[in-house]
Amino acid sequence: MFKQLSDNKAEMLTIELDAESVTVPAGISVAAAMLYLDAAATRQTPVSGSPRAAFCMMGVCFECLMEIDGSPNRRACQVVVTAGMRVRRQLGARDNGQAS
Amino acid sequence: MKADYPLLVIGAGPAGMAAAQTAAEYGVEVAVIDQQAQPGGQIYRNVDSSLLNDPSILGKDYTFGKPLVQAFRRAGLDYHAATSVWYLDKNRRLGILKQGENYQLSARKIVIATGAQERPMPVPGWQLPGVMTAGAGQILLKSAALVPRDGVVLAGNGPLMLLVAWQYLQAGVRLRALLDTTPRGTLFKALRHLPKALGASDYLWRGLRLMASIRHAGVPAYKAVSDLRAIGDGCLQAVSFNAAGKSQRIETELLLLHQGIFPALHITQAAGCDIRWNEAQQCWRPALDAWGESSRAGIFVAGDGAGIVGARAASLDGQLAGLQLAHQLGRITAVERDRLAQPIRKAADRHRSIRPFLDACYPVADALLAPPDDTLVCRCEEIDAADVRAVVRLGCVGPNQAKAFLRCGMGPCQGRFCGSTVEQIFAHERGVSVSDVGRFSVRPPLQPITLGQLAGIQDLTED
Ligand code: FES
Repeated sequence: MFKQLSDNKAEMLTIELDAESVTVPAGISVAAAMLYLDAAATRQTPVSGSPRAAFCMMGVCFECLMEIDGSPNRRACQVVVTAGMRVRRQLGARDNGQAS
Repeated sequence: MKADYPLLVIGAGPAGMAAAQTAAEYGVEVAVIDQQAQPGGQIYRNVDSSLLNDPSILGKDYTFGKPLVQAFRRAGLDYHAATSVWYLDKNRRLGILKQGENYQLSARKIVIATGAQERPMPVPGWQLPGVMTAGAGQILLKSAALVPRDGVVLAGNGPLMLLVAWQYLQAGVRLRALLDTTPRGTLFKALRHLPKALGASDYLWRGLRLMASIRHAGVPAYKAVSDLRAIGDGCLQAVSFNAAGKSQRIETELLLLHQGIFPALHITQAAGCDIRWNEAQQCWRPALDAWGESSRAGIFVAGDGAGIVGARAASLDGQLAGLQLAHQLGRITAVERDRLAQPIRKAADRHRSIRPFLDACYPVADALLAPPDDTLVCRCEEIDAADVRAVVRLGCVGPNQAKAFLRCGMGPCQGRFCGSTVEQIFAHERGVSVSDVGRFSVRPPLQPITLGQLAGIQDLTED
């Protein structure tokens, strides 16, 4: 859904998205990488299973929850991609270890 | 991290940076914590660390922040990036998360400078992938140098929406349409605020130039748009709306929504500060004295988190709070404080004088405050407007009881994206003001925290 500005040639790096290797610009958030990959949906809702994607990009809406390097419910818009990072979409309900 | 700070500033946007630097300048020991990885807040996000080859495409109001951020970095304050507050009580004890570690500490004085969030703009289908906020589009541009691949529709109103439209044009993005939801007759009503706004005529000229260049670019623009809907199966495919009595449909894979911003109040409310409804800005704001001190002694609120004032006034308000704190902490006399504050106050008042006009120019349409029945209100728990109306009719007393009935506001976002809509539906159904309806209460954790982090708390105050 999003592309790099044409005169911006950022360094690229490789991450793992649902066990598939993908190449994304360095220095951007995981949520931005999802939009760059045209893989917008970051999760399915626990209630109805409908797909959702990053919405606010500033840590407020919690639509971008993903499993990142093994820990669930991370806000993908608040985490910067690093080489080799393992990112997974969250499907349905999660046993999340949340305190609330 | 230390156990106890004389002054802790939460947020490193324009207000937080200014408050911290001002207090530090007069010898106060200050720590600053900020949720973002870089200082600057939303407005100056990545201004000195941009991935953009040419950050000037974002405009002068953005690049204005570069020296401010650089000065903040140079000031050598005790600054903690990517750090968030999950707990704050009225005795100024805090729970803080930094790099997965959970710390408990306290501060004699606190400045809450957590800025604003975009006002939710609930329309049917807004939960589809492909619908985002205009602010999100701007963040992608500022921090990732990403732009819409195949055009975009912008809908709503307010200065930020126009700015994003202009910035996208600078970046060569195709704007499929600009859908202005401002109700008809608004400008006429706003005119009575114009004389005061002339005191800050630079804002007016900048706004007019922005609008002229958008018009000049030939972007299809629709006025007084209503019945906006996002349509798609699994992701956005089109938007439909009503304009000039005709229903229209535009194919698009991306829709950015915006209808203004309001103070982010979770931390302020958790601290037990008095919060009041402001009819003109259609939002809740903390009650503050002339220096920004809240009803809880020692807790200050500065910047857009105190009421929407814009970046320039926010920075000046931060300076005023910093002076008062330097005084309260015994570094300067009242006379000195007042002498230093006088020109700052004057400048802040000037920047503020544009606000009543701006607020009146961009009112939110009623149907977007209290949306149609088939609109999702609580995105987290998937509660729609019909569900909320049903509990109002059943006699539910207010938003907090609705929370218990419906779970709306109890998902991960903790009501940040449904609270305002739930309040407005209550107010509209009952025919009363939002101030009579009240708002969701706020409970810690203010940020998600795992049980492991909670158990592993490092109480720095217990040595
Ligand atoms: S996109 Fe809203 S919290 Fe990440």
